[in-house]
Amino acid sequence: MKSITKKIFHKIAFLHYQTLVLMSVCLLALTACDILLPPAPAAEEVLGEPIDGLTAEQQATHIQGDGEFARIFGVAEGLGPMFNAASCESCHAGDGKGHALTTLTRFGRMNGSTFDPMITEGGPQLQNRSIAGYMPEALPAHASGVTHLLPPAVTGLGYLAAVPDEALLALADPNDRNGDGISGVPNELSPHEFFRPLPMHKQLNGRYIGRFGRKAGAIDLLQQVSAAYRNDMGITSDFISEELFNVQTGAFTGDNVPDPEVSASVVNNVVFYMRTLKVPPRRNADASNVKAGEQMFTRIGCAGCHVATLKTGASDIAALNEVEFHPYTDLLLHDMGAELDDGYTEGSAKTSEWRTTPLWGIGLSAKAQGGTASYLHDGRAKTLPDAIKLHGGESARSRDRFQTLSEAEKQQLITFLQSL
Amino acid sequence: MKKQVMKKYTMKHFVFLFALSMVALQSFAQDKKDSTKQGGQSSTAQSGTTQDAVYRRPFITSFANTSIGGYAEANTNYFVENGVTEGFSMEMRRFNLFVFSSISSRIKLLAELEFEHGVEEISLETALVDFEIDPALTLRGGILLAPVGAYNLRHDSPLYEIVERPLVATQIIPSTLSSIGFGVYGRTFFSDFIATYDAYIVNGLQDGIILNSAGRTFLQAGKSKEIFGESANGVPALTGKVGLRKRGLGEIGVSYYGGIYNRFRRDGVVVDAQRSLHIFAFDANATLGGILLQGEAAMNIVDVPDNAGEFYGRRQWGAYLDAVAPVWTGAVLDYTNAVLNATVRLEYIDYNVGRFAATGETIGDDVIAVAAGVSFRPTPQTVFRLNYRQHWTHDILGNDPVRRAGIQFGIATYF
Repeated sequence: MKSITKKIFHKIAFLHYQTLVLMSVCLLALTACDILLPPAPAAEEVLGEPIDGLTAEQQATHIQGDGEFARIFGVAEGLGPMFNAASCESCHAGDGKGHALTTLTRFGRMNGSTFDPMITEGGPQLQNRSIAGYMPEALPAHASGVTHLLPPAVTGLGYLAAVPDEALLALADPNDRNGDGISGVPNELSPHEFFRPLPMHKQLNGRYIGRFGRKAGAIDLLQQVSAAYRNDMGITSDFISEELFNVQTGAFTGDNVPDPEVSASVVNNVVFYMRTLKVPPRRNADASNVKAGEQMFTRIGCAGCHVATLKTGASDIAALNEVEFHPYTDLLLHDMGAELDDGYTEGSAKTSEWRTTPLWGIGLSAKAQGGTASYLHDGRAKTLPDAIKLHGGESARSRDRFQTLSEAEKQQLITFLQSL
Repeated sequence: MKKQVMKKYTMKHFVFLFALSMVALQSFAQDKKDSTKQGGQSSTAQSGTTQDAVYRRPFITSFANTSIGGYAEANTNYFVENGVTEGFSMEMRRFNLFVFSSISSRIKLLAELEFEHGVEEISLETALVDFEIDPALTLRGGILLAPVGAYNLRHDSPLYEIVERPLVATQIIPSTLSSIGFGVYGRTFFSDFIATYDAYIVNGLQDGIILNSAGRTFLQAGKSKEIFGESANGVPALTGKVGLRKRGLGEIGVSYYGGIYNRFRRDGVVVDAQRSLHIFAFDANATLGGILLQGEAAMNIVDVPDNAGEFYGRRQWGAYLDAVAPVWTGAVLDYTNAVLNATVRLEYIDYNVGRFAATGETIGDDVIAVAAGVSFRPTPQTVFRLNYRQHWTHDILGNDPVRRAGIQFGIATYF
């Protein structure tokens, strides 16, 4: 052995120059691995990370759910017959906000003083795509209320899901007793058939508070996810097993894949995945102009709806158990005025009412939207100042105050928003 | 999203061991006093025309008029994607058996049975009969390789210095694309040139190239074992290629594959519009200054129904270019003409050419890739490859690319 080693070292001393080149290449590769192999993006630049403190079992479920969230459905897997997108991730790229490509259209009409979601005509959601040989839906001509909804970011939803109803009711001020012009109300919804109340839920005359969706039209993530499987992708599940048919054309045939197309476990894994995504990371939170911007944000009244801090109740996930977090929402409905009234609504919300959008992650919007951010429920605002200008109703006072700020103060406030 | 990031010791050890083994081989090679340096042989790939490739393979054993041969390829993988790795793994990509029979002076049979990843997928990739009337006119029938691009015809792993197949040849042209078909091919010679042509009708690709689990227009998903049994729609696809080779320099070729891909008729009733698919390809290879350059560009045009939406590209294109340079030739162990090559490959594919209707922004869904490495060929039939490759993959929205990079070591050999 010793002699062989000696022989090799002896030979190395007389290497051909090409071998030296080869060795150099190999050694370069060896030493440069950390450069050549792509590192993880900076934590403050990405959404979609799991929360800290998950157990190994919880991490495994999170990863399982991640895989299902990314799973793309084709015809052979049950896509359609009508659909809007073929996977969860195609609407929520990188777990962030969606793009005009996957904007959902919902419609209905007012029938006297009540809103008719036009279920018999394919409402409330327009499935604008379909598999081969099947017609997608068309927007009924007499739909008076039509709204376009950008898919929201899905990060931090576990925290929002864990806020007790009592905490939201404490934020509500339907009669504006404090006189600030802001009167948040909860969207009270009839529970879906597979709803299982948790201690955090509070029954309100047989109804429960909705908190997910632009109109707070979903009580919990299970409702949101199972409805998205069926209404967005045409994928039936153990929770909603009826296929999506085009009632407009009378095409009551499906996609030739037996229903349900995914099991309850699949849906539950995706729910767990969404529950266990981190809150969106802050950037430059301690910078002086960011802090000044946050003070401005509070001073002009934005924080009246975009409540900075909420607290979760008891949770089966330790990291979500009774912790404070900063979503910048009160999860309540607010009248946004004629500026944002599309004539469409869900549950007990009026057509001009929208759930306060959580502002966390708003500074990372562009990273999930192909580099060009768009704001508000339908992406009609291309800049944050434009989005503020379109705030009306209860937020009109804050909007007007924003307009009176100096350019420097406005910029501070925008810088703060971009740090979220 | 985040998975456990594994330490990279395994890959470092592997690189180090490869370097040491190369050094040792070199050292022993210098012991052989009768070592004779010869001209660099970068690979066996470029001898003969592309059209010849199906027959220009080593067959090692003969029984009467029948010969058998084949090739095997295996490799290691260590990849990291945005800081996340699944660790180190190995795969037995292919074990292929060739059967060649010279039935008579003008009739030949060639077949190739492929085993991928052990027995995960077994397919009869080629099973054709040729009847030569004249070198300029040979009738061919059976399961044949569609003559679209050069790689689809000449895809045997031992011919290449990079472990992975070119993206354009797997994503834009669904290599290996073989189908039952009939047609003619031939060649003619003039001066230093050889001109070749191929023309066949085949059972074409099927439904599945859209609305599939890839979520994009993906021609590979239109392949089905059924196309060896019957056409899905009763309309044959057409495929053909013309090539021109200059002896001692290289070859160029242009090729086409097209037809109706959807099942538009059921029980004789027309249930959908006929939807077409066209693939156009250009390939070239040349040896300049001892450096082999080879590449291919391809574009496909797919009639996607409006109902399917913009996820599914109406046009796709891609290209790759390989450069292979022999950097050392000499004797190693018993191999008197061993070659060490340096190689680099540049690649690009765009799965969805166009702009979003709603925003006018350019649709993403593209991949840029680069691979570089060294290969060692103790004989022309056997190659040891060490590659580094990196991909930048944009999603359909054009968000920041996902970076994936890694190192592969592989061996491929004819037998």
